[in-house]
Amino acid sequence: MSDEPATLGENVIAQGPERRINMIEAINEALDIMLTRDPDVVIMGEDVGYFGGVFRATAGLQAKHGKNRVFDTPISECGIIGAAVGMGAYGLRPVPEIQFADYIYPGLDQLISEAARLRYRSAGDYIAPLTVRSPFGGGIFGGQTHSQSPEALFTHVAGLKTVIPATPYDAKGLLIAAIEDNDPVIFFEPKRIYNGPFTGFYDKPVEPWKRHPDSVVPEGYYRIPLGKARHVREGDALTVLAYGTMVHVAQAVCEAKGVDADILDLRTLVPLDIKSIEASVEKTGRVLIVHEATRTSGFGAELSALVTERCFYHLEAPVERVTGFDTPYPHSLEWAYFPGPVRIGEAIDKLLSE
Amino acid sequence: MADTAKPADTNRPALALHVPEPKYRPGDTADFSHIDIGTAGAQARPDESVHPSQIPDLAYGLVRVLGDDNQAHGAWNPRLSPDTLRQMLGHMALVRAFDERMFRGQRQGKTSFYMKCTGEEATSIAPAMALASDDMVFPSYRQQGILIARGYPLLEMINQIYSNRADKLKGRQLPIMYSSREHSFFSISGNLATQCPQAVGWAMASAIKGDSRIAATWVGEGSTAEGDFHAACTFAAVYNAPVILNVVNNQWAISSFSGFAGGERTTFAARGLGYGIAALRVDGNDALACYAAAEWAANRARGNHGPTLIEYFTYRAEGHSTSDDPSGYRSAQEREEWPLGDPINRLKNHLIAIGEWDEERQAAMDLECAGRIKATTKEAEKNGILGHGLHHPFHTMFEDVYEDLPWHLEEQAEQAIRERITKFGTERPFG
Repeated sequence: MSDEPATLGENVIAQGPERRINMIEAINEALDIMLTRDPDVVIMGEDVGYFGGVFRATAGLQAKHGKNRVFDTPISECGIIGAAVGMGAYGLRPVPEIQFADYIYPGLDQLISEAARLRYRSAGDYIAPLTVRSPFGGGIFGGQTHSQSPEALFTHVAGLKTVIPATPYDAKGLLIAAIEDNDPVIFFEPKRIYNGPFTGFYDKPVEPWKRHPDSVVPEGYYRIPLGKARHVREGDALTVLAYGTMVHVAQAVCEAKGVDADILDLRTLVPLDIKSIEASVEKTGRVLIVHEATRTSGFGAELSALVTERCFYHLEAPVERVTGFDTPYPHSLEWAYFPGPVRIGEAIDKLLSE
Repeated sequence: MADTAKPADTNRPALALHVPEPKYRPGDTADFSHIDIGTAGAQARPDESVHPSQIPDLAYGLVRVLGDDNQAHGAWNPRLSPDTLRQMLGHMALVRAFDERMFRGQRQGKTSFYMKCTGEEATSIAPAMALASDDMVFPSYRQQGILIARGYPLLEMINQIYSNRADKLKGRQLPIMYSSREHSFFSISGNLATQCPQAVGWAMASAIKGDSRIAATWVGEGSTAEGDFHAACTFAAVYNAPVILNVVNNQWAISSFSGFAGGERTTFAARGLGYGIAALRVDGNDALACYAAAEWAANRARGNHGPTLIEYFTYRAEGHSTSDDPSGYRSAQEREEWPLGDPINRLKNHLIAIGEWDEERQAAMDLECAGRIKATTKEAEKNGILGHGLHHPFHTMFEDVYEDLPWHLEEQAEQAIRERITKFGTERPFG
């Protein structure tokens, strides 16, 4: 279900006629709006300028806003993030793109030791209001260097916020909020669902966004506050905690199995909407956590610990985690790795049998 | 297990790994006669708009102004007024006296850590004076001279070093990792070379906005081995950024000599040429040459002619920090034998040689510096020294991680208060 703009809080100023767009178009629109509204916003990254990005997220933006606002960079993630930190210190609001989340590691020192701690170490003298956009996750036969989900590396870092949208509507509103946020935000875009809400049944035809209610996106400016989960579906049988692509996969499995699930799309991992999680778990007593990232020390471990610490006496069954396996993302065996309907279905059966 | 088996049917020679070794170790007699320091005044000073490829000699030679006769020579003489020279000397003397006192303070247990810049004073003070006061600097950890030159209060520096209740950084940073937006001085990281691409990014932002301010960064020769330095050079060159990349080659990175950053093969200034960045190699113990190089680079950047890499060839006269003893890894004699002398003595002797200074005034100035620092130290101690309770209220620990306090930090702050009350019976045991 789509959140109606009016329910999204005081910061929302949704306007414009109803129309349906995909996630790439929603992201492009958010960037365009922010470039227009705020002269301090700049976009940079590999191939984002004239070409418009390998996934087309920045298509047309350089032509519209000029090379001083939207430009290509050297292939140097350390340089991209480092320069963005310096631009932030100047007073700009940089939105660097890292072409694939798998490529972000050369920029980690600049993110972890610099951007994340700049406000703290300078006691507010300097801030790093960056929004680092990056496509993440698998399901597109990207092999082990174009499929990773490294969100837990960032949720572990004090000072960073981590945001992952699951719909075009959310992608636009969350990205605008991330850009306006004065803290560094890691904005991971689930690239498998750029063009349609993937259900995990990879052998079925691809479903386009236009049939999904959350592809209805207002044309104008609106923001979705960071730290608020989205209630995808209300139910009593069990709680599903998921984000990104896995929201749609988990929802499809629950529907296929006829399970009355209470599904939360977390949207922001840090800061986490713990109140919505607690309320749901207290209602259902059973918790399924789903993410595509590797299992050990994944964000699911944090969620499981939080649920156990805070809702233990409401639990009717041990918390279940469904994740990718602790291997690199294989190319030919991509769907054997992916936490798809079978793995999720097995976990649901286990949860409901307790 | 490495496969060490040699193919039986080959007569190819065995390969040999070169692990750099400095010329002199403890107990050795240091002899620096192999270092070609050239002649003061011999170097041509090209126009600031010159193409980097036309000035390769300046990346391998040494720009020098002050000669053995204590006079200023050649085209690089910045022709500073005696007042400016005395001011420069005053800043350098103040930094040296400050370093002495703070080092002693660490030994007395007043703080955890300190780093002197002895012998390198000119490499921060002279460039800082050549820049405009609102040009943005991204220093490493040994450029306290910039703050002194920009008039940052000594009291604030000492409060920071003591991490006391008046420390503007709320006791969060290791001593000497200053930050002052008001003085266009970026927060010092402590991680190495991260400031380099940041400075380039700031300079790019200034260019994007059509501003007139430029950026400058400082990095040690050892840290030029970090990827960040090379990312900075690439970005600076690609965007023709108005930035000055200062490499302070003080010969030593803790116990590793410059050879471990590639110094055996080429100069650090020559790194710039490969990127198409104008490069100057400068006598870092010659305050006039340091000033002239920075002024040239600043003019170049301000005229939209692009970045400059400056190598300040100098010598780290003392240990890396309070945590190492250089007698454990290098010849004790090196400092005395260093062919480019001491930067303060050289500037002082120049002022005396031109009839603008004398030993009496120098002695009076040194006394004044020491007295001022002593008095300021006492003032700072009223705000507390490290580990004696007079620090910022402990809940400030949770502030500034994010702009707003998220629920999980709120909960952790409550935990910390409980711990405090359990331990001391009160949340604020020290008032």
